[in-house]
Amino acid sequence: MTAVEITVDQDLCCGAGQCAMLAPDVFDQRDSDGVVILLDPAPPPALLGVVEDAVAVCPASAISVKP
Amino acid sequence: MAVADYPFSQPAALEPPDEWATLRDGCPVSRIRMASGDEALLLTRYDDVRAMLADPRFTHNLTQPDAARIADSESGGVFNEGGAAAGMTSGEGHVRWRRMMSRSFTAKRVNALRPRIEEIAHELIDEMEAAGAPANLGAAFGFPLPVFVICELLGVPADYRDRFAHWSDAMLNLTRYSQAELDIARRDFHEFMANHVRTKREKPGDDLLSELATIADAQDGRLSEPELIMTGQGLLVAGHETTANMIGKMVAMLLSDRARWERLLDERGLIPSAVEESLRFDANPGFGIPRYLSEPVEVAGETLPAGTTVITNLASANRDTCAFADAGDMVLDRRPNPHLAFGAGPHSCLGQALARVELQTVLGVLLDRLPGLALAVEPAELRRREGLVVGGLDELPVRW
Repeated sequence: MTAVEITVDQDLCCGAGQCAMLAPDVFDQRDSDGVVILLDPAPPPALLGVVEDAVAVCPASAISVKP
Repeated sequence: MAVADYPFSQPAALEPPDEWATLRDGCPVSRIRMASGDEALLLTRYDDVRAMLADPRFTHNLTQPDAARIADSESGGVFNEGGAAAGMTSGEGHVRWRRMMSRSFTAKRVNALRPRIEEIAHELIDEMEAAGAPANLGAAFGFPLPVFVICELLGVPADYRDRFAHWSDAMLNLTRYSQAELDIARRDFHEFMANHVRTKREKPGDDLLSELATIADAQDGRLSEPELIMTGQGLLVAGHETTANMIGKMVAMLLSDRARWERLLDERGLIPSAVEESLRFDANPGFGIPRYLSEPVEVAGETLPAGTTVITNLASANRDTCAFADAGDMVLDRRPNPHLAFGAGPHSCLGQALARVELQTVLGVLLDRLPGLALAVEPAELRRREGLVVGGLDELPVRW
């Protein structure tokens, strides 16, 4: 798989923490309110599988990935 | 078309009602009658349910005079009573409340609870082993564990747990209690929480209620006193019934086909995905999520008028073959698994990360401690708890 670019929508984020649990090297949450923080917008190919999982299971549909 | 009574009956406690598949195929917006006698519309397809959960036109305003009452008590029960919470359940007020609460339920915060949850799980299993097999895993393990966890998190003494269980049941039961009984339970519960908040102010601890009391005291509009008490009550009830019932149902589903349990004994790495699949596969999750339409909305090609009460059936959505391959099978390594057990959109379960960590942790400890765990009855003999907003099993007899 080739490189991708991840974007997150902090306004949509509901702080469920699924992304931070699945891919802690890519996503984190702000300590103050649980809103998503993107640690790595272009993660290495080895992490793309879990990133795609995070996109699929985000309850707020707040994560996008484009090639 | 005839109006069906809702919730539907199940052929067995772990089996879905036949109506789900029929309605998903032929009648995605169907008329139902609830315990109150009032009618509402039921959504059963994944796409419709998911869209509705994230759509602000599907409001929480079930206090509207023309909203359907859910429970058979006069007021219609927990969903129909707004009160102090009104300002924090929608729009900007909800976003503010949610963000204030979310920091206590981040992945990092709840992951840090794993060692303590493990410790509690070991203690409960010690007691269960000492008492000997067979045991009711629900009462001996599934119920006490989340109660200890939420009590520690909130800073509420766990020795009150019998009373919490009663209040929680009164809030969440749709048929068992009269309006007078509900009013008493509500008053006592409110009094308990108000007193408890007072204690926290006098002697703050390292817990969520103390933290929230400090926020309320700042009087900067973030949290009013009534909202503080409602929040404490809400978290106590939510942390009480849902995970407790889910532990029992998860273990029952995994043991009802022994190959599932054995696969997890061999492949502990599947614990997280097995937990998600248990949440998806749960055929008895309770009532569903009610909403009230503030304006007309089109669903599945049909226009639903403003003023309609709509119930979404999350568990039927989770069995939708259009959304999940082999939806009728429990696939322990399913991924991704975008099930709707915690809802979706801005109101999806606040405590979902905590629930996940609790379920993953208890499953790991059970596999370690009781690898020979087995149902002490046939799966078909398991009975569901009746009348609750939150579904669960009456008893879970096990041996090991």
